[in-house]
Amino acid sequence: MSKERKLFLIVAAVLIVGSFLITTQMENRFYYKAAYVVLQYVVLATAWNILGGYTGYVNFGTAAFFAMGAYTAVALIKTWKPPLYVLLVMGGLVSGLLGLGIGYLTLRLKGVFFSIATLALAVVLQMIISNWSYVGGGAGTAILKPRSVPMFSNYDEFLFFVMAALAVVSVAVAWLIEKSWVGRGMAAIRDNEEAAECMGVPILKLKLFATTVSGALMGIAGAPFSYFVVYIEPTSAFHLDYAVNSLAMPMIGGTTTWLGPLVGAVLVGTAQQIATVTLSSEMNLLIVGSLLVGFVVFAPDGLVGLFGKIRARLAGREA
Amino acid sequence: MLSIEFLLNALIAGLLLGGFYAAMSAGLSLSFGLLDVVNIAHPAFIIFGSYLTFYVNEHFGFDPILAGLVFAVPSYFLGVAVYRIYYNCFEKTGAESLRGLVFFFGLFFLIEVILIITFGVDYRLVRAFYIGKSTSIGSVGIAYRLFVPFLVGGILAAVLYLFLTKTFFGRAIMGVAQDSLAVQLMGVDPIRIKTVAFGIGIATAVIAGSLLIIIGPVEPTIGREYIGRVFAVTVLGGLGSMTGTLVGGLILGVAESFTSSFFGPSWALAVSFGILLICLAVRPSGLFGR
Amino acid sequence: MGRIIKHVILGFALLLAVSIAFTPAAQAAKEVKIGFSMALTGPLGPAGKAALLAMQIWRDDVNAKGGLLGRKVKLVYYDDQTKPANVPGIYAKLLDVDKVDFIVSGYGTNLIVPALPIAMERGMVFMGLFGLDANAKFKYNNYFQIMPAGPDPIVDWSRGFFELAAKQKPRPKTIALLSADAEFARNAVAGARRNAKKFGFKIVYDKRYPFPGTTDFTPILRAVKAANPDLFYVGSYPGGSVGIVKAAHEIKLEPKLFGGGMVGLQYTAIQMNLGKLLNGITDYWFWAPEKTLKFPGIEAFLAKYQKEAPKQKLDPLGYYLPPFAYAYVQLLGNAIEATKSFDQAKIGAYIRNNTHSTVVGDVKFGKNGEWATSRTFQVQLQNIESNKMSEFSKEGKMVVVYPEEFKSGNFIYPYAKGK
Repeated sequence: MSKERKLFLIVAAVLIVGSFLITTQMENRFYYKAAYVVLQYVVLATAWNILGGYTGYVNFGTAAFFAMGAYTAVALIKTWKPPLYVLLVMGGLVSGLLGLGIGYLTLRLKGVFFSIATLALAVVLQMIISNWSYVGGGAGTAILKPRSVPMFSNYDEFLFFVMAALAVVSVAVAWLIEKSWVGRGMAAIRDNEEAAECMGVPILKLKLFATTVSGALMGIAGAPFSYFVVYIEPTSAFHLDYAVNSLAMPMIGGTTTWLGPLVGAVLVGTAQQIATVTLSSEMNLLIVGSLLVGFVVFAPDGLVGLFGKIRARLAGREA
Repeated sequence: MLSIEFLLNALIAGLLLGGFYAAMSAGLSLSFGLLDVVNIAHPAFIIFGSYLTFYVNEHFGFDPILAGLVFAVPSYFLGVAVYRIYYNCFEKTGAESLRGLVFFFGLFFLIEVILIITFGVDYRLVRAFYIGKSTSIGSVGIAYRLFVPFLVGGILAAVLYLFLTKTFFGRAIMGVAQDSLAVQLMGVDPIRIKTVAFGIGIATAVIAGSLLIIIGPVEPTIGREYIGRVFAVTVLGGLGSMTGTLVGGLILGVAESFTSSFFGPSWALAVSFGILLICLAVRPSGLFGR
Repeated sequence: MGRIIKHVILGFALLLAVSIAFTPAAQAAKEVKIGFSMALTGPLGPAGKAALLAMQIWRDDVNAKGGLLGRKVKLVYYDDQTKPANVPGIYAKLLDVDKVDFIVSGYGTNLIVPALPIAMERGMVFMGLFGLDANAKFKYNNYFQIMPAGPDPIVDWSRGFFELAAKQKPRPKTIALLSADAEFARNAVAGARRNAKKFGFKIVYDKRYPFPGTTDFTPILRAVKAANPDLFYVGSYPGGSVGIVKAAHEIKLEPKLFGGGMVGLQYTAIQMNLGKLLNGITDYWFWAPEKTLKFPGIEAFLAKYQKEAPKQKLDPLGYYLPPFAYAYVQLLGNAIEATKSFDQAKIGAYIRNNTHSTVVGDVKFGKNGEWATSRTFQVQLQNIESNKMSEFSKEGKMVVVYPEEFKSGNFIYPYAKGK
């Protein structure tokens, strides 16, 4: 294990333990709920970026993977109410399989056609869920969250901790991919798929890997959703917001590194949380829209790229 | 229940709706199909057109179709401006595939927000003498509310078809689509051609918007419901083929209508999207693809 | 390596900045703060904004009289964008950061249910604004719903429609059910299905349509027409209601009784667009300017509302939601005054055990905090002659035909005769 990798993993572990310690100290539940949403976007943006940023396939169907995770959990809760980790695993599994299926689509669909297919997939799945009355169908269903959980004073804090851990894990996954030959292979696909194939990059395997991991992470992020929101119905679980945000955040942060989606999700997610309780929500939407357009037009490499440029310029001046 | 009359009525209803879908998709077929500009924001421009139409209908009693045609002119210049930005920021640098897509996605959102701030989130409707009336030929009923958009949609597709095949400029657009370099060698600036084509695409979107609000009420975020449909039509028909767009629109309309009539409306959307998915997987170049 | 540490430091700095941004400003002393989330944008935005205006009118009315127990009322609210996922965070903010004294719900079932467990955890009184059977799973005893659906909300909702139908001669035999594929409409039609069985009507068509996303209703209504039902019960939302009424006229669909659970026909803008097409339709209703519904205070409230509404581009007449939005805070305010206390348990008990006089009439709560008896009107639209707004503020246009107690005119049957 390289020194860098060791350090990264230590930082990850420290962050997980840290977020647990926070729950023993802080009472105010609002921060937990707000943080939960932001961390959920860290997972989604990171997951999106593994496929979109690294491999170059734009997924408009984040909501489909997220909602499949959420609805897998709902179906399980309705049958035998398993503990949360089972929900996470199963949510990840179902969405991961969905991702694998989408991966095979990349055999035939390149570029924008793939994107449209993911969008269509989201609509079709929403239709199916709307017609599946066991999980509430279009009418939705209320989910009772467990009264208490060991080691935590209430369930909100527990959910916050779980999502914090998931965020750390997903960033770590993205980091590991990026630093390995897998990441370099993906970058080759992004730059020129045919050339990569000629050079002997196992493009199908890598694409399947990317879609599966990306889908699974989104599903895991969706699994606790029904406990968080208590009431689940298809229009909110499949909301276009998830697609827009999970795409806008890496774009704003920067798509080529693990840091970009993290920075983007924390900044944009937090800005949205603040805007929800301060500004009108028209402004909220306006902020996301303008940031998104502004960044793709003026700072194509996102914040991370922007900082890099500024630093390079400063370094140049010093020298 | 399965009478000939019923079948015929379902077919007519589907064809009428399909003509309108073709009108919605014609502009996209031009920009996306011919010029590879993936204008995801196309439905937002349609809704923008609906609101312009609503405004002049509500305040000055303009006929919706007339309003659509009048607004098509300034919208052309709006389209020109949008394409200029797109070209300078993305196409020129070869960044259109990822960031260009996201640019239009963001534009989609911005248009929605601007509509929300200006008009509020309420459903808006228009009035015209033909809305609410219907006629029948034999046992087949035809509502003018649907027939007028069908007619205008058909004319729009026909005009675009003639424009693309018979005029110099239209042929230049087709030329750019096929071989941009060759056109350039012939002394035509492909960027100028693309700008014009994109402008026309936005102009038709605004006309389609005036048709949409004739058919039913519109609210600012309803455009999302049509992203899938317009792309389904464009892809199904074959990119850049006006005949294909018309046929694709009709197929989608009829498929939705038949599903609603025979299996129940709750599956209508899924079936049309199913067609899109199958089409993408089996024949991405569409029915009339180049 | 050093880079990573830098990033971590950067992250913590960000977190710090965020927590500073969230810290509340110094609070004004001695106000009664009522907190809630409200849909000000998104699909429920138009109605939500009108509800907010009604609540602000109540606040001004109360403060003009000196407030509640001598303390001025302040409303603290955030836009939930009609997204249930925003609701838990908003109520946590209201309670833990803004430290509000009372909470009431936002508008609509989807946005009430996510807040209910939070109210339960804190033992707070929770007034609900138009949620259909929202408390069914939680059975929280301090939840109260202002919508007059009744003790068994889903079934009571459409009972009037069926009682009307059952009284007609010859007795209708068959029914078609159509619903939008979303929460309210699905539940309304589920109730109608049970009522149809109870009253012995044969269901000949029972389908759902995607919402949103249905452009044209002609094929759907053709299928209904082919089934030839005596009764046609529709659960739909504003956009769909307009499309259904127009398409029904175009294809001359004429069941003997038409309507039931169509949201939107109560909205002035839609009434002005549909005009004469509305005649003969029988739909659920909550308030209309009829002589039988002049509850104390309602006209004074509507006068204030109608003065302000056009400026904010809201429903100009405001008969649907605003009176109830006024009433649900009015009821809470009256309970505070009556108990002379800010104690949640005491106020909850008072609301549970008494009859309350409000601008929407006398309210008594029963099981699950729903109205003890249903008071969902069935209104038949009659004699509409034009598309002018003044047409819909007149008496005799929205005729209450159910229940008997509030009846304001004669029911015209069948539908074709009323058209």
